[in-house]
Amino acid sequence: MPVSGKDVRKIADLARLSLADTDLPAITEQMNSILAHMDVLTRVDTTSVGATDNVPGKGMTLRDDRVAPIPMNTTAPLLAPDSRDGFILVPRLATHEDA
Amino acid sequence: MRNIIDVTNESIGRATDLRYGPDGLNIIVATNRRSSIAAAEDVAAAYGSGTAMPLAGVPIAVKDNIATLDMPTTCASRVLAGYTSPYEATAITRLRSSGAVIVAKTNMDEFAMGSSTESSAYGPTRNPIDPERAPGGSSGGSAAAVAAGIVNIALGSETGGSVRQPAAFCGVVGVKPTYGRVSRFGLVAFGSSLDQIGVCARSVREAELATYVMSGLDPLDATSADVTVPPLPDMTGSARPESLKGLTVGIPTEYFPDSLEPDVRAKCDSAIDKMRELGASIVNVSLPHTALAIPVYYIIAPAEASSNLARFDGVRFGPRAASAADLRTMYDATRSKGFGAEVQRRILIGTYVLSHGYYDAYYRKAQAVRELISRDFTNVFGSGVDILFTPTTPTPAFKLGAVTDPYEMYMSDIFTVTANLAGIPAISLPIGRVRGLPVGGQLLAKHFDEPRMFRAAEALEAALGEGAHQ
Repeated sequence: MPVSGKDVRKIADLARLSLADTDLPAITEQMNSILAHMDVLTRVDTTSVGATDNVPGKGMTLRDDRVAPIPMNTTAPLLAPDSRDGFILVPRLATHEDA
Repeated sequence: MRNIIDVTNESIGRATDLRYGPDGLNIIVATNRRSSIAAAEDVAAAYGSGTAMPLAGVPIAVKDNIATLDMPTTCASRVLAGYTSPYEATAITRLRSSGAVIVAKTNMDEFAMGSSTESSAYGPTRNPIDPERAPGGSSGGSAAAVAAGIVNIALGSETGGSVRQPAAFCGVVGVKPTYGRVSRFGLVAFGSSLDQIGVCARSVREAELATYVMSGLDPLDATSADVTVPPLPDMTGSARPESLKGLTVGIPTEYFPDSLEPDVRAKCDSAIDKMRELGASIVNVSLPHTALAIPVYYIIAPAEASSNLARFDGVRFGPRAASAADLRTMYDATRSKGFGAEVQRRILIGTYVLSHGYYDAYYRKAQAVRELISRDFTNVFGSGVDILFTPTTPTPAFKLGAVTDPYEMYMSDIFTVTANLAGIPAISLPIGRVRGLPVGGQLLAKHFDEPRMFRAAEALEAALGEGAHQ
């Protein structure tokens, strides 16, 4: 199932990546080259595999639904590139004109 | 016993010596001498007062995607430049409690995506055996740190062979524990259903010791397993070629294709002969879905990566692209400038295979075939086979820059990704050299059967002796 440059542009948008127009042909070609190797899977009979057969087995047990504190040595906002009064600062989501 | 502080200083000094200059191996990306020496002093004091510490004063280097409090954790990526974690990985905490001294962070492929350590934002690491060649990857810095004599033990991480493949290329031991054996808390997530912290080491016994020290249930990782940790190995005395009588070793035909380099096959044949001489029964077996492992892996791993790496957007971690007019532009600019080409390629593939209209054809299908690959192992181990033996890689280390096609690079993991897909433990150990380059042999065991895997590996290591490095 080959992808087009338009498809790659849409995928990049979903992935929050901006691709330069000059890079698009090469990236499209690489993606198609990789995806061509995946097509072999379409010919594999997987009818014997049930929907939950991938669930891990030994050692994987359900636990109490309790949140345990993570031993942090600093507070989260201090890690962010920009913060104030314990809040993380980001550029505005939209301009007044957009809104 | 040498002074613990001297040992720490020597390790950091060796790391620094090898780091710089045109011939620099570029193995280490961060050290913190003050913190390491302080830790060594604490260990020396505790050990001196009689506290039992199985790793007292042992210097350990740590891959740059495992969280440490006293050194940055950047995943060798510009998107996390300068980032220091506010918490530490459980594996690191357990190593420190056992007396280990963390001396350095090691170079790696960006976000552990690669097989050569060439995709690092810090530049490539060189193989200490032959500096014109790649050390493998993604834990190339950790394997090279052991091979270069900086440390005897280094932590790496495995998603598709990222400890075993570089260990094979650098002529050291590499261990991937059973999925769930070692807590993933503090390991920066790449492919969460595949990731495990692993160990590069000078010897099988040192790798076993470090693996077990890190093992055990951790409430901070919901996928860590509630399984008894085996007793620590006896570190006194040298390795002995103990009898393997009663052990059945399977040789999967799919791992010895006609295209396998003849010299690599010859080294494997010699290792198989050694195990036979030690009393093991050797049987040929089949793992029929092996050829599908690379396509399956390169759907599932990028899919999980595209989700896990969504958090790196310039809001909470690392640097942020400047002068963005709005939030969305800032996300795109930060990620596009911060991630390297291979990481962006995998995010795109992962986003595509999870997208509406393609999820069933790619991701769901890959999960189903993954189950068939797991059943291959279940069937073989259920038929009386205790251990499997294979080459770790199809070839010895390739030259830096020699592999430019992404899929060709992916194929260097062909013999290692299956263990990650099935969740079973595996170990690579040196079994000889071809044209002066190390060759790795791989042993695989059933889930949580590390004790048998280590026993077989140590017996083979001892039987090969110096031949493992010739």
